[in-house]
Order: sequence, then C-alpha cells, then structure tokens
Amino acid sequence: MAHDTSFTNQNFKVVGTRVNRPDGMDKVTGRAKYGADLSAPGQLVGLFLRSPHAHARITKIDTSRAEKLSGVKAVITSADLPDLTNGAQLDVLENCMARDRALYDGHAVAAVAAIDQQTAKKALKLIKVSYEILPHVTDVDEAMKPGAPIIKDNIFTSGVDPKPKKPSNISKVSEFGHGDIDAGFKAADVIIEKSYKTEQTHQGYIEPHACLATVGPDGSGELWVTTQGHYTYRTACAALLGMDIAKLKVTSSEIGGGFGGKTHVWVEPIALALSRKANRPVKIVMTRDEVFRATGPTCSTSMDIKIGARKDGTITAASSVLRYQNGAFPATWAMLGAMTSWACYDLKNVHSIGYDVLCNRPKTAAYRAPSAPMAAFGVESTMDLVAAEIGMNPVEFRIKNAAKEGTRASYGPTYGPIGIGPTLEAAKNHPHMKAKLGKNQGRGMACGFWFNFGGQTCVDLNIGSDGTVNLALGTVDVGGARASMSLIAAEELGIPYEQVKANVADTSSLGHNDTTEGSRGTFSSGMATIFAARDAIEELRKRAAMMWDIPVEAVEWAEGEASAVGSEHGNLPALSLADIAKRAASTGGPIAGHNEVVADGAGVSFASHICDIEVDPETGGTKVIRYTVIQDAGKAIHPDYVEGQFQGGAAQGIGWALNEEYIYGDDGRLQNSGFLDYRIPVCSDLPFIDTEILEIPNPNHPYGIRGVGETSIVPPLAAIGNALSNAAGVRMDHTPMSPPRILKAIEEANG
Amino acid sequence: MSGVLVDTTVNGDPVQFACPTDEVLLDSLRDRVGLTGVKEGCGTGDCGSCSITLDGQLVCSCLVLGVEANGRKIDTVEGLSDDNTLHPLQEQFIEHAALQCGICTPGFLVAAKALLDDNASPSEEEIRYALAGNLCRCTGYDKIVRAVQAAAKQMRKKK
Amino acid sequence: MKVSLTGSLRSAAGGIDSIDIVAEDIRELLTKVLERYPRMEEHMDTGIAVSINGEIYRDNWRKKIPQDAEVFLLPRLQGG
Repeated sequence: MAHDTSFTNQNFKVVGTRVNRPDGMDKVTGRAKYGADLSAPGQLVGLFLRSPHAHARITKIDTSRAEKLSGVKAVITSADLPDLTNGAQLDVLENCMARDRALYDGHAVAAVAAIDQQTAKKALKLIKVSYEILPHVTDVDEAMKPGAPIIKDNIFTSGVDPKPKKPSNISKVSEFGHGDIDAGFKAADVIIEKSYKTEQTHQGYIEPHACLATVGPDGSGELWVTTQGHYTYRTACAALLGMDIAKLKVTSSEIGGGFGGKTHVWVEPIALALSRKANRPVKIVMTRDEVFRATGPTCSTSMDIKIGARKDGTITAASSVLRYQNGAFPATWAMLGAMTSWACYDLKNVHSIGYDVLCNRPKTAAYRAPSAPMAAFGVESTMDLVAAEIGMNPVEFRIKNAAKEGTRASYGPTYGPIGIGPTLEAAKNHPHMKAKLGKNQGRGMACGFWFNFGGQTCVDLNIGSDGTVNLALGTVDVGGARASMSLIAAEELGIPYEQVKANVADTSSLGHNDTTEGSRGTFSSGMATIFAARDAIEELRKRAAMMWDIPVEAVEWAEGEASAVGSEHGNLPALSLADIAKRAASTGGPIAGHNEVVADGAGVSFASHICDIEVDPETGGTKVIRYTVIQDAGKAIHPDYVEGQFQGGAAQGIGWALNEEYIYGDDGRLQNSGFLDYRIPVCSDLPFIDTEILEIPNPNHPYGIRGVGETSIVPPLAAIGNALSNAAGVRMDHTPMSPPRILKAIEEANG
Repeated sequence: MSGVLVDTTVNGDPVQFACPTDEVLLDSLRDRVGLTGVKEGCGTGDCGSCSITLDGQLVCSCLVLGVEANGRKIDTVEGLSDDNTLHPLQEQFIEHAALQCGICTPGFLVAAKALLDDNASPSEEEIRYALAGNLCRCTGYDKIVRAVQAAAKQMRKKK
Repeated sequence: MKVSLTGSLRSAAGGIDSIDIVAEDIRELLTKVLERYPRMEEHMDTGIAVSINGEIYRDNWRKKIPQDAEVFLLPRLQGG
C-alpha cells in the first residue's frame, strides 16, 4: 500500500528525547553476542591460507597432505567453488578464494576446517601452493601508465566510446558536470590548480569478521555473522553456493563496527562451503592481520583540482580529475568521487571525471560516505587557496558560492531544500570561530556532502497480550537504531518508550531488507516503522469498535488509547492499548502492523567542520586541540546517537588525515597490518568533539529524517589540512599528514 | 590436546580449566570458561578489547598465557556488577550513550575501573591517557570520557 | 520529456547528454531507454537511478513522472 511520505511538521512527545538504548544493558555486562561469541556443538575451526605475493599465477595447489592430517575435516580451494552465477558474481567468489591467480598480498588460496585451532594451523602448513610470480603494481598513477602490469585480462574500460578492444587497469571512466569550463576559466581573475594524493585507509572496526556456519546434507543452512546486511549476505552466499535463499537462515549478530566494511561477504561463503563439505558447524574468526590484508579498505587516490574565481569571490569554473585505486576488482569509487566532489557549491561551469583503477591491493569496500572524503580533501584545500589568493575569508568565500534550493547540483539534478548554507552560517557564528589561538596553532574549516539513500525495507510490529510492543527490524543496528525505532513506534502509538522493545530479526522472520549502508537505517526503517504503527492503529481502532459495538468511524486513536467520538458514543471510557490487546483473542486474533516499502527520496546531507590544531615545528607532530561538527540531520530522532555519529565520523576523518595509511613495500606486501603500525586515533589524541545538530526537514519523510551516518567523515581531511596550513604555514597535499611529511614540508618552506 | 590444569579465581569464584601451554588467556577465558564478554580485536595487545585484571593489575588477556593464570585472581567485565545493580561505570556508559557498537565497551569498563580504583578524581587528561590503550572506532571517545567523569563523581559521592 | 544522462551513461548512448522520451513512470522510461540504446544494458544490470525533480529513486518502477519534471538518469550509488 502506498503511503504519503511527505513531511508533516508535527510536535513530538518522545522523538528527540535522550532515552537509554535497549541494547545498552547487554553491552555493558558482556552479555551481548557478537560474531565470534556463538558456538555450536561439534563445531570446527576454519582457517585460511593466503597468498604472500602481490600478483602470482597459481600453477598448482596440493592439499593431499593436509587432508590426511588427523582432525582435518575439510579442505577447500577454488576447485570446490565452481561459478554458479554465470559470471554475475564471479568477482565476489574470486575475492573469497583466488582462482588461477593471486591478485594481492593476503588473497585467500585455500581454507581448512579442523577440530581445533592447532590442527587447522598444522594443516595450513601442509598445503603446498606453487606460484609463478607476476609483475605487480600497487600505486594508482603507476597502474594507469601504458605498460603497467594488467591486473585482469577481462576488464575493458567502460564509459568510453567506442568500447576499447584491449584490456586495461582503468575499469571505468565517469564524467559529470555542466556549463562550459573553458569559458568559465577564461572569465576568472584567479585560477588555482593543484594535485593531491590520499593514502589507503581501513574502516578499522574493532571486531574482526566472524561467523558460525552450518549446512546440512539436505541443503539447508544457518549463518550467524557480523554484518551490516544479513539479507545481502544471504543472497550472495546462496547464489555462490547454489543454495535456496529460503533455506539459508542468516542471523545478524551484534556488530562490532562496520562503517561499510561489512557490506560485502568475505569469509562467509567459504565457511558455509567448509561446513557443507565437513557436515559440521564451522566457525571462522579473522585475525587482525587478515582483516587488514584481505578486507575492507577504501581507495588510495590521486587527483588534480582546479578552481577559477573572480576577485569578488564568485567561482567561475571548477574541475576535478580523480584517480581512485580500487584494489584488484572493478568498482565505481571514482565515479562517486566525481559525483560528490563539487556538490557543496553552486557552479555555472563544472566538470569532474573519475578514473576507477585496478591495482594489486585488496578488493575495496565502502567506507562511510565512500569516495567523498578524498575528493573533499582536494576541493576544500583548493577552496582555501583560492580564498587566500583573492583575500577573502574562507567561510565567506564558501557562503558566497554555497549551493541552495534550486541550485543545479554538479552531479546533475536540482536541489530541494538543503543544509550547506545553514551549516556554513552556523560555523561562521560559532564561538569556536572567535576563540583565541596560541603559538603554533591554526584554525581551519571545510565542508562535506553525502547523498544518503533509502531502499527496500520492512518492519513488523507485534502487540503482546499485555499491550507491550515488539518491533522486528530488518536493518542491522549499527548506531542505535533499535532505540530510534522504538522512539518512533512509541511516538506513533502514543505510548511510553519503555513499552516498546525492538529486535533485529533474522532473515527467515522478516522480508528482505537492504543493507544498513548509505545512512539509510533511520531514514528507511523509520519510514517503515511509522507506517507499520499506523497500520496497527487501524487494527486497534477496529478492535475497539468491536469491543464497543460501534462503527469504526466513531473510534479515534490518540495518546495511546482509543476514544469513541460523537454525541452518541462520547461517554464510553477510553480503551488503552493493553485493554484492547487483552481481548485480542476474542476480537480477531493477534494484533500487528507491518509495512513493506522502497524508501525513496532520501535527503542529501551537508556538514561544516571547524578544527584547531597545534603543530610542533621541531618534530612535525600535531595535536587536534578543538573540533566542531555542524551537520544537517533533517530530524534527530535520538540526539545522543546523532552526536555519536558526528563525533565518530570526525574521529575517523582525523585519523585518516593525520596517521592512517596502508604502507606497501616494493615487493607489493602490506607492511603494517596491525593496530600498532596502522595507528587509529586513541583517547589521548583527541579533544572533546563539539557538535551542533541542524534540522532542515527532508520533504520526503514524514518526520523530515535525512540520514546522518556518513557525512561527518567527509570534511575532516581538508579541515585539518587547512588548519595545518594556518598553524605551520605549509600546504599539505598528501594524506596522512604525518609528522615526517609535515616536518619535510616545514623544512622545505624554510629553505 | 595435551593440556595443563589451571586453578584460578574468576570474578570471585573458583574456576579450573585445562589448556595447552601455548594458549593465550583470552582464548581460555572465551572458549573454556565461557566468558565471551572478553573480546578479541587484535591479538597483539594494541586494542585493549580483551582487558582484564590479573591480581588487580590491568592486562591484555591476549598477551598472557592461560597457564600463567594459575593461582591468580582474574576479574572481567562479567564480574563488574554484583547483586542486582550495575557498577556506576556501567550505569554512566548507558546514561551518556558512551557506546555504539559496544565491542570495545567491556575493555573500556575494565580499564576505567582500574583507573578509578587507583585514582578517584582523575582529570580529563588522566582519563584520556589511562584509556589510551583501548581503541574505540565508533564514538570519537567524547561520550566515553564524559561517562567516566560522571561515574567517578557518582562513586565519590557514595563514599 | 527531456531526460539528462550523466557519468558513463552518456557513452552508452553514443556520447550524448540528453534524450527525448515520453514515459509515464520509471519502468516505461527505463524500457524505452533500453530499446533505444541497447548498450545501456550493462548499466541496467549493475543498477541505475532516476532523479525526478531532484529526488533520487533507485527501485520504484511505479513512480509517476510528471511531464514537466526534471529527469536525470544517474549511476546507482553505494554507501558505507
């Protein structure tokens, strides 16, 4: 049934309050069960053998000695995994297990299941793999050069006309923009053109990928797994293994962080395959080294940014050339970078082109507003350079050029009501902007954009015989969704928050839900929860009418109870949810509401960040001393968790800006696959992170929700680069802006 | 498996388990004692998710062998609250929304308790350095520090 | 109705940036685009999004398109 999803400006009673989250108790007592926390009787331990080479032909795998080892129950190589998808998901399968070639350091080549860890480890040592080492390339610019080693023979550049005949590492070219940039640059008084690089980073979730897989000889199976999308995992695993979707039950465990890295399958199809072969449950828990070498990361990039402006601050033209390293399998990350790069601004002449490029690095995954932070680093750094060149305050310069309702976005469509202007005005007026700075300290700011999206969603709302309410959600709770959805259900039903308990349902208990990604959880499950509750209210009115023997038209629902209206029935005492629920058996059975929806019309999101940083000119060391996030949430359902998203995204962006990077040796091997050498921000690295939530309603959601999860990681790279420039007088064009790079820049600047 | 018998006290109760000599205490606690509140994030002592106290001293249980626990007193997140009440740290973590995914929460609680046992009035900086061995990727630490400050205050009032 | 093409969809239509099509809803629009430009097929498989008056729709075939609407065909997005 189609519902009206338009925003209605209503006054909220419980939405917007800071209630305690329902999963809090389990999480502070150690009872919450994550991917690695479930065990099954007779379970085996699954382990992987991984390629030590960046690029190699696999000429032979001899597993015979491993198979003979006592306690080994199954060994799997690509020979056990025929492509059943007619090529459609061959990339996914090939990433889970290398076929004829190992494409990156850490690429899985075999897996074993054995009775315990020790036996499984021994078995791995007995597998003999013969490699013929091939030339490799791990740098995006090198991979684009003629003569670079070709990663995949079957990739021909798409997005160019005519279709090329030779394979290429450039898998896709994507162009966006409008107007005439040549004319625009001619009209400029000032043109700044600069190249930037960003190194590869990992989502860095603290919980490694983990699952418990069970497949029986009848072809049915169960998978307990840490994932952002258990339905998506089910679809992928079923397709790769030739299982029926309905016969594979996937339960999403508590998820210990994902940030995009748990949107794709990695070890799960192999765990199921091992279980099927051994006819025993198989548990796989990745090590941190495996997580770094073989899952996640986002792209490293190289880019050229050019902005032309008149002296009055009007941008006349802007262009970006973006080269994104996608790892060993084709993806569309540069395309997203090209779409997002100029989205904050109202530009008459704009052009962006993205090159998606293969390298001998792990298959890349989404990472929070995927692709946007890198492009924003280039664009927002250059924005500051232009502002300085024309002698304009950088905030004023951005305000002058900010996109607004009616602006044609750089990626095509015309914006509705949006929040970039308001976040900039809030930044300009924020006390942070006027705070005094000390010696070697500098302040910078930057803006960011992310689309947000919706997608397939459904929610069941079941009312217990005592009037308490269960919500079954299908979007994995990554940031407090159970609390937010409970607030929404309570709001609609007019009952206290405490009367609602939300759970994430397994795949066999609720219809398909798209993965929790793209900041879609609160937007789309929120929409489905509203309509599921309204559906239940319709039923409650019918039941009340039956209990009163009056027409349903004479029953109203408000404040959590049914009232009879009109002079005829107005004297009947109201019936509460519990009163009606108690009589459910006599009035038609269990009372429930449900909703299935494709949640479209997600509102775009903007943020402005302000950062103060102190630089030690002797060492190049830095310390973030103050940080402020201002972002448009549309509507903050649970402000604590909106702030939490703002702060968490900013912290990840700060780590990306200052410390984090994948370091590859000349041999193409990852050199820092642990948290000691891949250093994410720790508690003592950061200050309190101030937040300001703006609420510019999304016209396409009843509550005005936009989605808040991702945008906060977009501005920090440039905000820090701009602050550093003001603190140390050096313009950094390469992330991470680590002490050696900063020191080198300072020394070069000093001659 | 050739195992060694280990006699310990876990969260106040006598506990015996047998483990191979090369098994880390983290695995013994999770797989043999059943305390899955002790989390593994890295296995190299860098993330603090497996924080426990051994005879009152804060350690990463992934860096201690199971056999080393023989005759010693282990405390984990599961033993943080007794009776029917939560420890003030647990209360304030919920109250201050100091957790999102929650995988690091047990380690933070154990580390924060070790801090407050030692220093009832830590400054913000002392809290930040005491918790610098625990990684959180969701929160940016803001609400965690505030929760520890609030718990310290609550515990001082109680005394 | 003018339908603007973005990104690699342009090359699939032979390098042009907009097409004229009469369609009542998203399904009819996509069917007609594919009839006219068979090379769009590879993009249809991996996903295409339709922007109608600035709102992006990913899956909704039945979504009506007002005849004076601003319509864009966009590549489908991924998020984290």
